[in-house]
Amino acid sequence: MGTIPGAWDWLTTGANWTGTDGVLQRLGEHLALTSVSMAIACLVALPVAILLGHLGKGGALAVNLSNVGRAVPTFAILVLLVVATNSARYWPTVIALVLFAVPPLLTNTYVGMRQVDRDAVEAARGMGMTGGQLLARVELPLAAPFVMSGVRSAAVQVIATATLAAIPGEGGLGRIVTAGFAQFDTPKVVAGAVLVAAFALLVEGVFLLLQRLVSPARKSRPARRPARSTHQMEFT
Amino acid sequence: MAGQDCLAANEWICGEFVRTRSQELVDASVEHLWITAASVAAGVLLALPLALLARRWRAAATPVLGVTTVLYTIPSLALFSLLVPVFGISASVVVTGLTLYSLTILVRNFLAGLDAVPEDAREAARGMGYGPIRLLWEVELPLAMPAVMAGVRIATVATVSLTTVGSIIGYGGLGNLIKEGMQSFFKAEVLTASVICVVFALVADLLLLGVQRLLTPWARAAKAAG
Repeated sequence: MGTIPGAWDWLTTGANWTGTDGVLQRLGEHLALTSVSMAIACLVALPVAILLGHLGKGGALAVNLSNVGRAVPTFAILVLLVVATNSARYWPTVIALVLFAVPPLLTNTYVGMRQVDRDAVEAARGMGMTGGQLLARVELPLAAPFVMSGVRSAAVQVIATATLAAIPGEGGLGRIVTAGFAQFDTPKVVAGAVLVAAFALLVEGVFLLLQRLVSPARKSRPARRPARSTHQMEFT
Repeated sequence: MAGQDCLAANEWICGEFVRTRSQELVDASVEHLWITAASVAAGVLLALPLALLARRWRAAATPVLGVTTVLYTIPSLALFSLLVPVFGISASVVVTGLTLYSLTILVRNFLAGLDAVPEDAREAARGMGYGPIRLLWEVELPLAMPAVMAGVRIATVATVSLTTVGSIIGYGGLGNLIKEGMQSFFKAEVLTASVICVVFALVADLLLLGVQRLLTPWARAAKAAG
């Protein structure tokens, strides 16, 4: 049987979806890993980047941090944490994913804050807005699309990268890939890869939908989608 | 001996490890570097025609950028596993996978660089009788160089770091040592290999920054004047 029909068969076989190492279990693990990691990463990165962007300070730091972050292999961080804690459990993976997601989140959010029209900021200042009002009523609403697209691209990358958790033996969809690889079962590997890619694209779609719902004002204007900057791209 | 102690005590930093396993570290580093260099070089060679194609026929731009974007949602772990049936267990698997990933960054940046070439510069060159190839080589590519080199730097740094995942099929350069150290909980091996890997990425970035400065001497002159 060919690889692609084989993968289709694997995906459409009900027995593969249930049980302790079934798709549903792995999908749940993957979702738990990535959502917790993204939530922590956002809690850490967004306030710092928004504050730095508001103050207009630390831009070089925010940008360089992302470059340094790219140089550090997530796989190495993951293994270092696994070896340091003597376990292949949940938290080493979450911490590795948070460290992976924070630098691009910081950079993209900072850049988004600085892309807010300076004239609008000046006008708000001229109207006597305090720093906090300026941030809450002008900068954040205007920067929101940029910030959201940064969060979206980080989420997609975190989902793809979370498969690495399977190497030290933690759960998630990566386990389907490593199991297929170990059993020389290529259709299973393909099925695992398809599941991860589908999950990532689904999340991307949900974020796009949220973005549209959250900013109804943008509908009336000609679509000015925030350009996905070339610097956002990250390997997984 | 203090040196032996750090191996026995499984310490993170261990000079004795570096001394006794230096050959292994050198071999892994050499493998790491050539896999990275081959992948980025292949990526650059493929990205240029793809970017030119996307620019020549705008209809091709959407599928080209779309495919390269979908590529980055495929985890490296899965991509390497998928390429094994094609190439068998060999370094070609890792190089091919990393080349595909580098395209996501390179094509985008090459296209952005070429798009940013001022139309006036093109017109002037055509007026001076430049053919399409000479126009590309002597006018467009030099003017696109900042964006092109920015892409090459990002792709190189990311490729150095991603090469480690090649260890799942035994061709991950320093990643092989990281994985081996993980299986035996050997702290010095994991940390030493990880640190060398990060140093490689940062040094490669600096070297490419130097190349970029050499290739775009006018950028510095403009900055000095401004």
